[in-house]
Amino acid sequence: MVEATTTQFKSNVKKALVDKQLQKALAGIKTGFVHNRKIASERLEEFEDLRDRARDIKTHTIQHLDAYLEIYQQNVEASGGHVHWARDETEAREIILAICQSVDAKTVTKGKSMIGEEIAINDYLEENGLEPIETDLGEYIIQLRGEAPSHIIAPASHVSKEQVADAFRETHKNLPAERSLEEPDELLAEARAMLRDKFINADVGITGANFLIAETGSSVIVTNEGNGDLTQTLPGVHIALASIEKVVPTLEDTTTLLRVLARSATGQEMSSYTTFSTGPRRAADLDGPAEYHVVILDNGRTDLLAGDFSEMLRCIRCGACLNHCPVYNSIGGHAYGWVYPGPMGAVLTPGLMGLDEAADLPQASTLCGKCEEVCPVRIPLPSLLRRWRDQVYVRDLGDWQTKWALKWWAVFAKRPALYHFFAGPKMQFLGWWARKKGHLKYIPSLKGWTRNRNFPAPQGKTFQQLWKEKRK
Amino acid sequence: MSVQNNTGADILGKIGAALDKDSDKAARAATAAARIESPPKNLIPNRAQVSPEDQVQLFRDWAEEVSATTDRIEHLDDLPAALAAYLSSQNLPSEIKSSDDPLLGRVDWTRQPTLTRHLGVAIEADQASLAVAFAGIAETGTLVLHAAPENPTTLNFLPETHIVVLPRSRVTGDYETTWNRLRNEIGSEPSSLPRVVNWITGPSRTGDIEQKIQLGIHGPRRLHIIIIDEA
Ligand code: SF4
Repeated sequence: MVEATTTQFKSNVKKALVDKQLQKALAGIKTGFVHNRKIASERLEEFEDLRDRARDIKTHTIQHLDAYLEIYQQNVEASGGHVHWARDETEAREIILAICQSVDAKTVTKGKSMIGEEIAINDYLEENGLEPIETDLGEYIIQLRGEAPSHIIAPASHVSKEQVADAFRETHKNLPAERSLEEPDELLAEARAMLRDKFINADVGITGANFLIAETGSSVIVTNEGNGDLTQTLPGVHIALASIEKVVPTLEDTTTLLRVLARSATGQEMSSYTTFSTGPRRAADLDGPAEYHVVILDNGRTDLLAGDFSEMLRCIRCGACLNHCPVYNSIGGHAYGWVYPGPMGAVLTPGLMGLDEAADLPQASTLCGKCEEVCPVRIPLPSLLRRWRDQVYVRDLGDWQTKWALKWWAVFAKRPALYHFFAGPKMQFLGWWARKKGHLKYIPSLKGWTRNRNFPAPQGKTFQQLWKEKRK
Repeated sequence: MSVQNNTGADILGKIGAALDKDSDKAARAATAAARIESPPKNLIPNRAQVSPEDQVQLFRDWAEEVSATTDRIEHLDDLPAALAAYLSSQNLPSEIKSSDDPLLGRVDWTRQPTLTRHLGVAIEADQASLAVAFAGIAETGTLVLHAAPENPTTLNFLPETHIVVLPRSRVTGDYETTWNRLRNEIGSEPSSLPRVVNWITGPSRTGDIEQKIQLGIHGPRRLHIIIIDEA
């Protein structure tokens, strides 16, 4: 069982900053995903307009959420499927276990599902005597290593190929010990071969759902490996795990969201496999599951909807805000202590777990704004993070330094002239100091941070000065 | 089951209570029903709004960019020879697990006596499969296939080599055109979609080992698309 460590954020960060393998892996994310997203977004001339549309579709849906969920449920049932509602993780786990037990299931294959991580379904199924098998290669690797995912779309991005080889040798004991596992393609071939039988012999297949379509009662999965499709096609029962905000009105609306999803996530024009599933196997079909179930989880989302953080419900889990975040790129996903890392996690986790459990996470941001710049549904992540920080202050959870700094910041922030007066000279001084070396190596109040990461030198002007000049 | 219904009512009730601050429930239901009744078209990119012939070229370009291979033949009856040539170029046996799509029923298979075609679902032992696409979308080189009694879904995912026949007339610019075709041709009872609609853009791939892209984890390692001009 991977315990949540959201309350130990600071010690997690310290560990992550000196982990050499992790730092190497994070450099790969920064160059790969970030570069590819840039190319993909530039190749489609309407990309920015599509982001506006995507935002509007999600906003509209959330404003009519009860209506669309009701229509969705009716259409699932009309096509022979079942909808199950779960208020929290306990209810969701029990529903899933009951479905598995109703068909005497022994093994369960799993496609990648963040809801599955959120409710820790694997541990629960294991405790109850079932064998859950992750089939997404990254999820399979971290399952063998007993870890949580470190990225919402690249769960094993922190693991080196040597570590993958070790995990395979440890687990696949029936294979010759002297086999070579040095090259990625050898690892790939072994994983493919090992998981084949699992797909074919599984009793139940569990997938996530990127979207639920109200118009047709369909669930949608987006994958590159094809594991999700084998997971939901071969066993007799398919269970799709979703949450209330996954619903989208129509096929056209879903299509607009799909146009921004892969481009934002991996920089692909479209992922390899986008699959729309509607109900169980039809009378004359030769394959497909005999039963189709959807579990819809709340787990704190209705509270987000009622409070100040409803914009977070637009999130389509693309991972772009992680890839572009200087903090994520320095500390990786595990430091955030639960299943959702990066800026989206720093906003979502306190909402789902409660602020007491995750009070440090909203501090895990430089508020540089890069996340909002790339978010396909334009979630104002920095403002939401600030909102949590205010609440931390009010609830007196932060340590005294934070409180003190915030108090003075508030004094200045409410008086733009004063802020300007102080910020200007201080920025100029920092700029002068840093330009001597190009990068700041040390700032007294940011010790832990700058020891391992050079702080880019301020260019001698504050944002407000630049803004004024720009407007002239 | 009643417990379940209560849970659903409870969650929907909480959502409703949060939304009631700004709108009323009946108005929300009416707006939602209207959007579903006539779905707004949204924004369709210009990229693929070109002549049919250019769409075919665009389709091939995008499909090849994601490591699919494409071929183009004139007549349906050229298909057996094209299949045999492709299988032999990949050092695969001249044997295929095939969909029973009516289009393939019109092919004169006796022209290629060495090619064996089996019908039915794909199983672990099948090395190559043959399916027929419902559409090809030029915007991203995406194939659309859907489940039906004659088109088992396993054909698209189990074998290492996936060969898809795409009549030229089914190449379209955007995904939206295909949704309308599905709504019209398949009918809308009880809901509007076949059990599964698959969008397939290139072969199976993963970047999960050190972010290096590799083809053929779980799904097909090769995707070969044969466009037929007259079919
Ligand atoms: S917050 Fe935006 S950028 Fe981050 S995962 Fe969600 S949709 Fe993607």
